[in-house]
Amino acid sequence: MLEIKNLNVSLEEEEKQILKGVDLTVEAGKVHAIMGPNGSGKSTLSYVLAGRDGYEVTDGSATLDGTDLLDLEPEERAAEGLFLAFQYPVEIPGVGNMTFLRTAVNAQRKARGEEELNAAEFLKLVRAKAASLKIDADMLKRPVNVGFSGGEKKRNEILQMAMLEPKMCILDETDSGLDVDAMKLVAEGVNALRDEGRAFLVITHYQRLLDHIKPDVVHIMADGRIVKTGGPELALEVEENGYGDILAAVA
Amino acid sequence: MGLALEKDDPVAALVDRLSRDGTDGGWAAEARSAALSRLAGMGLPGRRDEYWKFTNPAPLTAAAAADVAAMPDETADVFAEATPLRLVFVDGRFDADASDALALDGLEIETLATAQAADIHWARDVYGVLEAAGQSPVERPLAALNSAVARDGIVIRATGQVTRPVQFHHRHTAASADCAVHHVIRVEEGAALTVLETGAAAARFNKVMEVEVADTGRFNHVRIQGRDRERLAATHLFARLEAESAFKSFTLTVNGALTRNECVIELTGDDATAHVAGACIGEGDFHHDDTVFITHDAVNCESRQVFKKVLKSGATGVFQGKILVQPDAQKTDGYQISQGLLLDDDSQFLAKPELEIYADDVVCSHGSTCGAVDETSLFYLTSRGISKEDATDMLVLAFVDEAIQEIEDDALADVIRAQLAGWLDRRRG
Repeated sequence: MLEIKNLNVSLEEEEKQILKGVDLTVEAGKVHAIMGPNGSGKSTLSYVLAGRDGYEVTDGSATLDGTDLLDLEPEERAAEGLFLAFQYPVEIPGVGNMTFLRTAVNAQRKARGEEELNAAEFLKLVRAKAASLKIDADMLKRPVNVGFSGGEKKRNEILQMAMLEPKMCILDETDSGLDVDAMKLVAEGVNALRDEGRAFLVITHYQRLLDHIKPDVVHIMADGRIVKTGGPELALEVEENGYGDILAAVA
Repeated sequence: MGLALEKDDPVAALVDRLSRDGTDGGWAAEARSAALSRLAGMGLPGRRDEYWKFTNPAPLTAAAAADVAAMPDETADVFAEATPLRLVFVDGRFDADASDALALDGLEIETLATAQAADIHWARDVYGVLEAAGQSPVERPLAALNSAVARDGIVIRATGQVTRPVQFHHRHTAASADCAVHHVIRVEEGAALTVLETGAAAARFNKVMEVEVADTGRFNHVRIQGRDRERLAATHLFARLEAESAFKSFTLTVNGALTRNECVIELTGDDATAHVAGACIGEGDFHHDDTVFITHDAVNCESRQVFKKVLKSGATGVFQGKILVQPDAQKTDGYQISQGLLLDDDSQFLAKPELEIYADDVVCSHGSTCGAVDETSLFYLTSRGISKEDATDMLVLAFVDEAIQEIEDDALADVIRAQLAGWLDRRRG
């Protein structure tokens, strides 16, 4: 589904290469995890895939079901079925969460040539999905992420994911800032979305999240490339021994 | 007119151009003559006046105004759900046939011309009086000009809880329309009144509204200016607020080659509140100036100024806002914020926030910011599939919403939001 080949990326504003030839293939129905130390380029990878400004792709490609992502605007990537759950969800004062969700859902439906949801249909859908994530009516009414706790922000990301039903979901350190209960709730939300047609790329520092969202494949990223790939046991190895041993072994 | 003006005097030229025939009772003749004297004493504003530092008054003071193509009438019904008493002005002249009958429970209402023709009228204590008081410490010659010439307007005395708003709706039909309109409003003790203003008025529009709110009275004002691109407008809103009264005024402005909206408020009674807010959106040949002067002259009063300007393609936004706290105005709570959102590098926002405080037990704060659309927010929205244009509009609407929230009535605020969203949409279409 997601195919990344030899992806090289630099920061636009300074001559600093962050990604140095990332190769990664995520198949439909699978959950891949990327782990790695700080500064290894994990978040950059997620931003580049989602289309954030400020990065320059100097080589390589990234495709989603054969469509070249790197040529598309962020909204076009979203319409293709790509979704990034932000590490730091953005607070947008003055934009109601509900308005935001409905605009996003309908923008994507429109882009795909589907009928837009009317207010009643939308409300019914969002209420059902919000309830399973323990998001109350008040959170839906408030401005996007404004005054939300860390856990509420992450749950709101998962709600967006559930509403938009993307086929390729990237979760960028969704566990950061979450206590155990909140993490369970978020993981349940993610697990509920797992199906044969959907793939996940879960970026995390810690093995903890992977106890709840069981990965099929685990990649270790260091210094801008994937240095080791294995099964779930790789995450446990990191948890026990840190990155040092793995990095030393591949160096 | 009781005052000799030189024939080629620019003041005389303007007075001559804007004057219309009418009947003046004793009080009106006096008021008109006094206004003319004030105007002659001040002269017209010029580029060198500090108060006009950011806005060139020349188009407003020129002997003639350039023609402006008439606008389709599109905002007459925007407030229909509030079932306002609608009073229509065509090219600045009151049109009785197009208007609802001048009658509404809880108020006395008549045309300015009718009030001016009477020998004795309560309006003598307000007409030109609040304007004259507002000439110090800063001169506002265009307002004096208005008091000197105006014959069209509405005179309202609210005596109870008026359940329907009064809407002044303007239609612009003659390209050369150059006019002065003057409204006089007194809200009596315990009474409440909402005034709405809509419609493109004229090629050049000079408007004054004087509002006196007695103890515990409430006055709400919601105005929509636009969408006429080439219009020139100078408007003044003078208010005097007595004890425990509440005053709220909001203006939405879209387009306009030159708009100067002045608001001059004096809080003269204890525990009064005054909120003035404005949101404007302009691109290209657009110059919008909000000039606000709030004087705290009593104890424990609150004032708020919230102004938001969205500017694009060479548009200019100006804010001059002042809070003056007199020595006896202890416990004053004054707040002022003005913000510009620049959608490109060609536009500018000029702000002059001022506080002048002579009392020692007050809370006054002010802020002024200017910036571009937040890239992180834009990325967040677009990453969810919302187009960059839609996302920008959402952020624009969010940006101005703090000003819209100042509208007392939520339903009226929603009308403004819908109107603005519609205009943004049309601009793109």
